[in-house]
Amino acid sequence: MARSNEPAFWSLFSAGGMVAAFLFPAAIFITAYMVPAGKIEADNLRMVMSHPISRLLLVAMISLPLFHWAHRFRFVLVDLGIKGFKLPIAILFYGTAVGSTICAAYLLLV
Amino acid sequence: MATTDTQSSTKTMKLEVFRFLPDEGEPPSFQVYEVPYRDDWVVLDALNYIKDEIDGTLSYRWSCRMGVCGSCGMMVNGEPKLTCSAFLRDYYPQQIKVEPLSYFPVIRDLIINMDHFIDKMGEVKTWLIPAEDKPIEDGEYLQTPAQLAKYKQFTMCINCMLCYSACPVFGQNPDFIGPAAIALGQRYNLDSRDGGADERADVLFSDEGIWECTFVGECSEVCPKNVDPAGAIQMAKVTATNDWFKSFLMPGGRKKSGGNK
Ligand code: SF4
Ligand code: FES
Repeated sequence: MARSNEPAFWSLFSAGGMVAAFLFPAAIFITAYMVPAGKIEADNLRMVMSHPISRLLLVAMISLPLFHWAHRFRFVLVDLGIKGFKLPIAILFYGTAVGSTICAAYLLLV
Repeated sequence: MATTDTQSSTKTMKLEVFRFLPDEGEPPSFQVYEVPYRDDWVVLDALNYIKDEIDGTLSYRWSCRMGVCGSCGMMVNGEPKLTCSAFLRDYYPQQIKVEPLSYFPVIRDLIINMDHFIDKMGEVKTWLIPAEDKPIEDGEYLQTPAQLAKYKQFTMCINCMLCYSACPVFGQNPDFIGPAAIALGQRYNLDSRDGGADERADVLFSDEGIWECTFVGECSEVCPKNVDPAGAIQMAKVTATNDWFKSFLMPGGRKKSGGNK
């Protein structure tokens, strides 16, 4: 039996889960509370986030959870018994994640 | 004592039991038996009562009656259970439905064919493959309590296969190596005396191995021995992923599986 290449997708899935679990709450806390409450100046935040490294971080924050979603949904459908369409499902979901990543990178980095 | 005995023996309970007798050419069916209810009886006691007193043709496996041999697993009201540990009092006065373990071929009545499971353990090599050849004169292999703690939980498996019957992934793909065989693979991979992680990886880390698992987690829910096969699979995924990345960094790196001892 050959060893699987699944680790490629699984590591993106895991990384996306980490982002969603740890970075999302922080981002929500900052943008939904700290800024409206005046504890952080919106202009300062905008300045920090326009730095190239912050932009790269944002791309990762958008992209990785999409791969998490793609992986989850792919397996939800497999668990539901949609067996014959494994490959098209994988292409559709991971393709969406790749496409969205390209969009995010284009908007934030170019 | 005697009074409680007579009191409880007046109560009865119904068991709806799956029957399949291929020699007789009949299709599978269910048969309802009425058995005495006793609050210290388990489902297996009720089956034994049926076999002894009502219908000697009923077939099922059991041996130890104390949750260590792993042979009495059946579906009790749709849940995989060791029937020697499933008390009637937890179901009384409802009728109990007893079926053979899900997703396995049935040989007769409540007896399933477990050949595939045995084969899978062979494929994974769930035995100790010594890391070094050591002549007997050199004495025993020493192991610290910390080294033992790494794999001890996985040694508790009694091969009862309840986890397979709880796993929807196994239900869809009978070739999935499955929870117990993977947990047992981890049991040896994590053993400091073992050197077989790499041989096992070709099966464990294949598409039919850990990657088939979608982390449903039911295996760990039903396991009567708290083996936590789902945890073993997640652990193995991390190891496999590390190995996979290493195989790019170091040519030939794919040959070595660390098995994170
Ligand atoms: S892992 Fe648990 S449920 Fe599965 S065979 Fe072993 S003891 Fe039974
Ligand atoms: S009879 Fe041995 S585990 Fe139930």
